[in-house]
Amino acid sequence: MSYIIDRRLNAKKKSTVNRQRFLRRYKKHIKRAVEDAVNTRSIRDIDQGGQVSIPTKDISEPVFHHGNGGVRERVFPGNKDFVVGDEIKRPEGGGGGSGQGQASNQGEGEDEFTFQINQEEFLNFMFEDLELPNMIKKQLRDATSFEVRRAGFTSVGSPDKLNVVRSLRAANARRIALSGKERRQIRELKKEIKTLEGLLPNHDAVLQIAALNVEIKALNKRIKRMPFIDEFDLKYNNLIRTPVPSSKAVMFCVMDVSGSMTQSIKDIAKRFFILLYLFLTRSYKKIEVVFVRHHTHAKEVDEEEFFYSRETGGTIVSSALNLSADIIRDRYPPDDWNIYVAQASDGDNWDGDSHHCRELLEQRILPLVQYFAYVEITTGPHQNLWLEYEQIREKFGETFAMQTIIEPADIYPVFRKLFEKKE
Amino acid sequence: MKQREPISTGSEWTFELIQKYDEEIARVAAHYGLDTYPNQIEVITSEQMMDAYSSVGMPLNYNHWSFGKQFVSTEQQYKRGQMGLAYEIVINSNPCISYLMEENTMTMQALVIAHACYGHNSFFKGNYLFRTWTDASAIIDYLLFAKNYIAKCEERHGVDAVEQVLDSCHALMNYGVNRYLRPQPITPEEEKNRLEEREEYIQRHLNRLWNTIPKKEEVQESESPRFPKDPEENLLYFIEKNAPLLEPWQRELVRIVRKIAQYYYPQRQTQVMNEGWACFWHYTLLNHLHNEGLVTDGFIMEFLHSHTSVVFQPPFDAPYFNGINPYALGFGMMQDIRRICEYPTKEDRKWFPDIAGSDWNKTLQHAMRNYKDESFILQYLSPRMIRELKLFTITDNSTLSTLQITAIHDDSGYQKVREDLAASYNIGNREPNIQIYNVNVRGDRSLTLRHYMHNQQPLGEDTEEVLKHIHRLWGFEVHLESVSPEGSIIDEHHCPLRPQTEEVA
Repeated sequence: MSYIIDRRLNAKKKSTVNRQRFLRRYKKHIKRAVEDAVNTRSIRDIDQGGQVSIPTKDISEPVFHHGNGGVRERVFPGNKDFVVGDEIKRPEGGGGGSGQGQASNQGEGEDEFTFQINQEEFLNFMFEDLELPNMIKKQLRDATSFEVRRAGFTSVGSPDKLNVVRSLRAANARRIALSGKERRQIRELKKEIKTLEGLLPNHDAVLQIAALNVEIKALNKRIKRMPFIDEFDLKYNNLIRTPVPSSKAVMFCVMDVSGSMTQSIKDIAKRFFILLYLFLTRSYKKIEVVFVRHHTHAKEVDEEEFFYSRETGGTIVSSALNLSADIIRDRYPPDDWNIYVAQASDGDNWDGDSHHCRELLEQRILPLVQYFAYVEITTGPHQNLWLEYEQIREKFGETFAMQTIIEPADIYPVFRKLFEKKE
Repeated sequence: MKQREPISTGSEWTFELIQKYDEEIARVAAHYGLDTYPNQIEVITSEQMMDAYSSVGMPLNYNHWSFGKQFVSTEQQYKRGQMGLAYEIVINSNPCISYLMEENTMTMQALVIAHACYGHNSFFKGNYLFRTWTDASAIIDYLLFAKNYIAKCEERHGVDAVEQVLDSCHALMNYGVNRYLRPQPITPEEEKNRLEEREEYIQRHLNRLWNTIPKKEEVQESESPRFPKDPEENLLYFIEKNAPLLEPWQRELVRIVRKIAQYYYPQRQTQVMNEGWACFWHYTLLNHLHNEGLVTDGFIMEFLHSHTSVVFQPPFDAPYFNGINPYALGFGMMQDIRRICEYPTKEDRKWFPDIAGSDWNKTLQHAMRNYKDESFILQYLSPRMIRELKLFTITDNSTLSTLQITAIHDDSGYQKVREDLAASYNIGNREPNIQIYNVNVRGDRSLTLRHYMHNQQPLGEDTEEVLKHIHRLWGFEVHLESVSPEGSIIDEHHCPLRPQTEEVA
């Protein structure tokens, strides 16, 4: 006798604990893999998912086994034309020597143990404890995009919002309320008339009825004189504007591509931009990225050109800021868009220009953006651009941040510092 | 045979149909005399199947990262379509638990029932290795005990501390069995009751061993008796009982891993037979049902389709060749034994005078009960099977620059091919033979292991890593010597590593 049991409704995910343990144990490796991914992928592709590869040897569970060497005899199926005494070449890489013992179920010959972590996990590995500055404030208080909603009725307003039903109802109510005394009197007089009618054809009664009728007439007249509608009765639809958190963001990547920017500096910058992009994808449904590169002139370009094409020349930072401000004005009204600007530079700028940059930022850009992050990738001393920006930081501490990066390892800490939770 | 109405005609399964098929298959199995544990058939989803996969097929197991790794890789391969999930998992327990996946068609469910619930099940119950080494009625309870105990240890000592010990034990999992000493079956209740007693005993016993007050060097080093007196092959057992620094709970963890390793020990040695037996019976049972008219032609076609792909043996030069397919070899041999019994040729009579012409069912039952892969192949692999599979032996001698073909499927080669193939299933050949050789009881407490070399094969590159694990358990220096059959030391490993210049005594 067999028992047949339906277990399909039993707990799934029995392996969750084990999986978590695995991830926990190889946290360092996974973090490294995640950072490698950051380095190599295109900015927009990064959040596609989390393929993580770990060198197989790092996670193998060692057991005693035979190495290559010695004498072994192995039996194979499917002989076609071998006869005893044939000699065949040893396969390359000693492959003929191993393979005995337990067959590896990870698949032989794979150097990498590859698996998927979901996007959530992938990003969590990148952004532990991070929070976008000002974002919550933006959503609750500072939101600049509005939606008109009905919110009951008011007694003041413009004629186009007049609510006829409500107004007439109010008028009716007013008339009923104000004519109460007269109508009570009329009711009493009518009662009297009725009792008098019982006494008819008494002469006195006839006279009294006539007098009462006159009185009723006068009262009715007074009621009639009450205004049908008064200014006091008018009701208007009340519409209010409520702030709607904007779910769109645009990110400006501004980078100096003048002769002094080497490829390695650009790589560092790219990683910084990627981090910002990824971070924004967690907060916004729709994100556009605008790449602005500049030397003495600024130009909007695509990602490929932004990172990889080379140009030389001097450096005028304000050209890029100007262009960014123009693009914001033309295409990204701050009411609809959350605007983030990330600028990377090696700190070089034409001397006379830095002051101009500060003005541009203070007047045309900082009032419109959520956040402006400036990273300076340099080993040398800070120059005038940095000094000017420091003044901005003092004034706009909420929305402006700046950091120095010296080598790739600094990017991540710097990024965290820029966006660390601010109480 | 009188024709009957088919049980079902569609491909959809229902619980009633599973029940009916099971009843019919049980009837036919009884007709052939298959002796089984009662069956517990559980229908699960593919996701649950992946869960089951990653806890080594067990319905419950303790938590460990390596199972998570297994799960992650299974999931990955399944999602990419590199691997189908097994149709079934069957657990050697009493009652015998088999999992059916809900995605399977009715035909596949019937195939799995015949294969697992009657094939594997009767093998578990009948084969001598399983009878000796496993206790089907206790395993689930033991796993539950182990899981709870380990969870408690994690609470008390931290996940990391427990994980370290388990990692080290897993590295030695294949060295947790006494191959020649048979264990006494113990029930989990006894296990629990004896737990404390054992802890206390071991501590006392250990203290006696280690507290031996070192006498003056009156006894010559060379004369002092070795401990253990005879080399000990069960490394986990030796560590559990003798490691000087382990806490009682750590000893219990070693014991748990050792017990579970022992439970898998028969499976590692009977893969060909076990799968061959199960395939033979699903093939025989379902064909029997077809002959009776209980299943339709469509059913049998679908069945044959998956059956043949399971028992297919790709040749060695095929791109998807992955060693000898145990299903193909086992099924082929079982069928071949039946053929030898029923329709023996002259060659069969010469090679198998005992079984040619005998009752096939009795012969197969005898083979199933009393052999493991190695001895089964050595006994029953026929020249005809060798010809069918076109088996040949390659000798790989690392001192020569080429590989030699030393035997093929011809008269002069049958014997050698058969011996070589059998030897390749001998665990003693497959895994390095490593035993505990000596403990320096009076000195630095160092542990010396010996690797008895087989065919001059050296140890692989994981050796240092495994030694680190042994060192973690043992707590003092660990040495490993590779010894040739003549007794000379060929190679040495040490943990912690020794400076190169030092002379080894």
